Amino acid sequence: MSSTVNAAPERGTEAPVRPKPRRITELLLLLVALAIGVGANILVDPERAQADPRHIIMSGTVLGVGALLVHVVLWIRARYADPYLLPLAVALNGLGLAMIHRIDLSTNQSAANTQVVWTGVAMLACCVVLWLLKDHRRLRNVTYIMLLLSAVLLLLPMIPGLGVEINGARLWISVAGRTFQPGEIAKITLAIFFAGYLSTNRDLILLAGRKIGPVRLPRFRDIAPMLAAWAIAIGVLVLQKDMGTAIMFFGLFLAMVYLATGRLGWIVLGVLLMAVGGFAASRMFSHVALRLDAWLDAFNPDVYNRSPGGSAQIVQGLFGLASGGLFGQGLGQGRPDLVSYSNSDMIITAFGEELGLIGLGAILVMFLLFATRGLRAALGTRDAFGKLLAAGLSSLMVLQLLVVIGGVTRLLPLTGLTTPFMSAGGSSLLSNWIIVAILLAISHSARRPVVTGPATDEDLATFERRRRAREERRDNERTRTDGTDAAPGREPATEPTPSLSRTTSVSHDAAASPGPGEAASATEVISRITHRSSGSAGHGATRASRSDRAGGDAAASSGERGASGGNAHDQEGGTR
Amino acid sequence: MNKAIRRMWLMAVAIMVVLLLTLTYVQFFAANALQANPWNNRTLYEQFGRDRGSILVGGKEIARSAPADGDFAHQRVYSDSPLYANLTGYFSLVYGATGLESAMGDQLSGASDDQFYDRVVSLFSGDQPKGASVELTLDPELQRIAYNALEGHNGSIVAVDPKTGEIKAMVSRKSYDANALSSHDTNQVVAAAQSLNADPDKPLVNRAISGDLYSPGSTFKIIDTVAALESGKYTTDTTLPNPNELPLPDTTVSLPNYRQGGCAARSQVDLRFALEQSCNTPFAHIAMDLGQDKIRQTAQNFGYGQNLDIPLQVTPSVFPEDMNQAQLALSSIGQYDVRTTPLQVAMASAAIANDGVMMRPSLIKTVRSSDLSVIDQFQAEQLRRSTDAETARTVKDLMTSVVSNGIASGAAVPGVQVAGKTGTAEIGRDGLNDSWFTGFAPANDPQLAVAVVVEDVDVTTGSSLTSPSARQLFEAVLNK
Repeated sequence: MSSTVNAAPERGTEAPVRPKPRRITELLLLLVALAIGVGANILVDPERAQADPRHIIMSGTVLGVGALLVHVVLWIRARYADPYLLPLAVALNGLGLAMIHRIDLSTNQSAANTQVVWTGVAMLACCVVLWLLKDHRRLRNVTYIMLLLSAVLLLLPMIPGLGVEINGARLWISVAGRTFQPGEIAKITLAIFFAGYLSTNRDLILLAGRKIGPVRLPRFRDIAPMLAAWAIAIGVLVLQKDMGTAIMFFGLFLAMVYLATGRLGWIVLGVLLMAVGGFAASRMFSHVALRLDAWLDAFNPDVYNRSPGGSAQIVQGLFGLASGGLFGQGLGQGRPDLVSYSNSDMIITAFGEELGLIGLGAILVMFLLFATRGLRAALGTRDAFGKLLAAGLSSLMVLQLLVVIGGVTRLLPLTGLTTPFMSAGGSSLLSNWIIVAILLAISHSARRPVVTGPATDEDLATFERRRRAREERRDNERTRTDGTDAAPGREPATEPTPSLSRTTSVSHDAAASPGPGEAASATEVISRITHRSSGSAGHGATRASRSDRAGGDAAASSGERGASGGNAHDQEGGTR
Repeated sequence: MNKAIRRMWLMAVAIMVVLLLTLTYVQFFAANALQANPWNNRTLYEQFGRDRGSILVGGKEIARSAPADGDFAHQRVYSDSPLYANLTGYFSLVYGATGLESAMGDQLSGASDDQFYDRVVSLFSGDQPKGASVELTLDPELQRIAYNALEGHNGSIVAVDPKTGEIKAMVSRKSYDANALSSHDTNQVVAAAQSLNADPDKPLVNRAISGDLYSPGSTFKIIDTVAALESGKYTTDTTLPNPNELPLPDTTVSLPNYRQGGCAARSQVDLRFALEQSCNTPFAHIAMDLGQDKIRQTAQNFGYGQNLDIPLQVTPSVFPEDMNQAQLALSSIGQYDVRTTPLQVAMASAAIANDGVMMRPSLIKTVRSSDLSVIDQFQAEQLRRSTDAETARTVKDLMTSVVSNGIASGAAVPGVQVAGKTGTAEIGRDGLNDSWFTGFAPANDPQLAVAVVVEDVDVTTGSSLTSPSARQLFEAVLNK
């Protein structure tokens, strides 16, 4: 504990007093992102773009107006939101639009028009969510509603007359002639449920229960709702015959349990379960067996020519990637149309073919940056629910990419999953833009100044006085020690915190101070925690005060602060 | 929880690294093997869908790449294909490329060394590299006349400019439609190829320069004459024995003169008369006198036994080795195992026309890159000296007599001195021969040297086809 306290002032000395909203950074990056998206869309066929620019103008306008709209909503509702998430999403979405348009040109489809409409709808949805979701913690109140909603969403395609079966998988519903994949939305609702449930019950899961040898098993009643959620998701998906989504949900479940408990054992157990489940599924369901066979024995002529369940799609995808090589054929110059589903499940091979390894590498880096900013928001936010939700959704993005790219490169069996933001598909786009909204909201709460109640003039005067005093001391110190960080400089910094936090800050540390509902059932545990550590209220207070004081580069320093509190907490849980 | 989040980030980084490594394996290390995979149609689609350059004759495209729908971006289209199919060849998905599509493949596809700069530019501009266009030396009018002249028969006509070596016409019949073999519908292509291969007239063979070759028949007597004159033992006035039948040494057979010609009238002839009337026995006498080495040497001076690409590969003509006198006697009149191409016969005439200098024959006039800059331009080039100028002039004079006084009168053009020589090669089928004419005009300023061969005709039909065909060509050239 002491070490983290010592570390804080060092940052405080470098950082400005108040966190910057950084919306200008976002605006500039948005321009770059739009240039990438629209530029790619023109480059797929420059001559055609010149002759008939209607589509390019339409898609550029929708992307640009949508991005600016989200940007404006952020100005108004979430000024301190992460400035990188939105440009990254816009760039990826723009690249996806360009590639779908490009494949349209060689296959005489009009998927790009649909995708443009969905981009607009998804970005509007992002705005609406941002507008309504001033505080992401409100989602925690609907934890069990989300579980119910997930179940309903997953079951919708099973309803006769509403559900549609496409390529043997019953994942879609048909409304007014348009198909929609409710499972895509279910991944968000499930993530919210997992985050809400785990943030409330993680202590119980971790601490209550019988200890067998070195392993403490959680009580069944503590994890029963989780297992139920998992079983529903997996069960429904096995019935709907879509392995990709099942793997994704199971991975989400594992990732969030790990995030909540910090125990790798869960993941190991989960992967083992997945392997067993996969083996069982391959025995029980012929389509799973065919998939596995097409993966392991893709270049066998019998397997290649088999229909259904042949390996032609994956092999043609590999050919596409190989033909791209290091530098790619250039946008509009390859033959991505030779791969089936090249604008949805296989869009990565289309990018690999036309932009090469280098282009795909850049796309991967964009996704990694996106996930990094999401995890950054998770580190920065102060409530366990927000942490779990942000980290869970970010992990989901990476997981989805692993399944997709692993599938097309034959690292893993190929399963039908969309590439976030890029693949043609409205439901996927919608759900990913809602994820963007949630991450933006969480990052806003992570980066904004913690002063949430109205500060009185007195508070501000005190704050200003102390700041001046601090700077004075620092300046004196600098002159004395020739600018090096000396130990005495840290000491005074800790001193004024309690008083300030008492007057101006509202603690949101939901993780450390459980809501009244849960308190009764967990009294014993909580009291033990309180007893062991310096007290959960104290946690919140020190953290909040430090962020007030260090104020500045909010994301970085508040993250550190969050880390210090969380770590201490983790260790307690772990050592018992 | 933050520790877990940090670990999760590390895991995300690790996953990305693994994915990048996997992609590196697929796109870099395994790329060549994947691209060579027979299931990979990309290379095929790229190669056969490429915007290849056109092949032009007289400014008109006889082969071009037209934009196409479907898997291939372009479809090769041939205009007047039967007229030119022996030259253009086909560009087939199933059977590969032949003819100029193959011989000029690098230039047409844009892959030649001369187009390296264009490829670098297109690498950066993102444009698909375009192939160069190839303009041929052919004269479309002569080509059409020659093609029509052979209507209803198999055979070949070659016309060259004796002063430059430019090939003005090169026809091979029976011909075919290259479009049928260049379709992207493989079933259709296979069906077309099967019927063409089954055709006894062998339409896919370019008879002008390849195939089974022809016996030159009496057109070979030009070479005998050159050999005789070069040896110094003979002049145009030298008297030669002209028996109607010459018993061949060490055999029971004898070599006859042609029964309906003027040869039968005289038992002694001079060289001029022997050539005019195409008497066999005097030339057999000369050949046996000079020996096979001299005849062979002269034949080689005129291009026998030598490889040539125009840039189509020309099958070397053959003058047999190690013959006895009887075989030599038969060879001297272009029978036995002497084999030649119409191009070779035309070139021999062209060398006589050009005072003994044989020019390098070529079909390629200009190669232009897609921006119309000239990559390659035809330049007249001496291939070899076939004989000295004086001998050439003497032979020219003799060949002029053949048309004006002799049996090639069908080739005569009023008011113009035409030099020529006929030939009738027996092919072992009763009453049917391969009928030849070769010559050039005008004798004093040669514009065109031709070789005409018509297969499987009787003597009358042959002489009614070959010499008049040549006359049509001469008239077409001289009327320009």
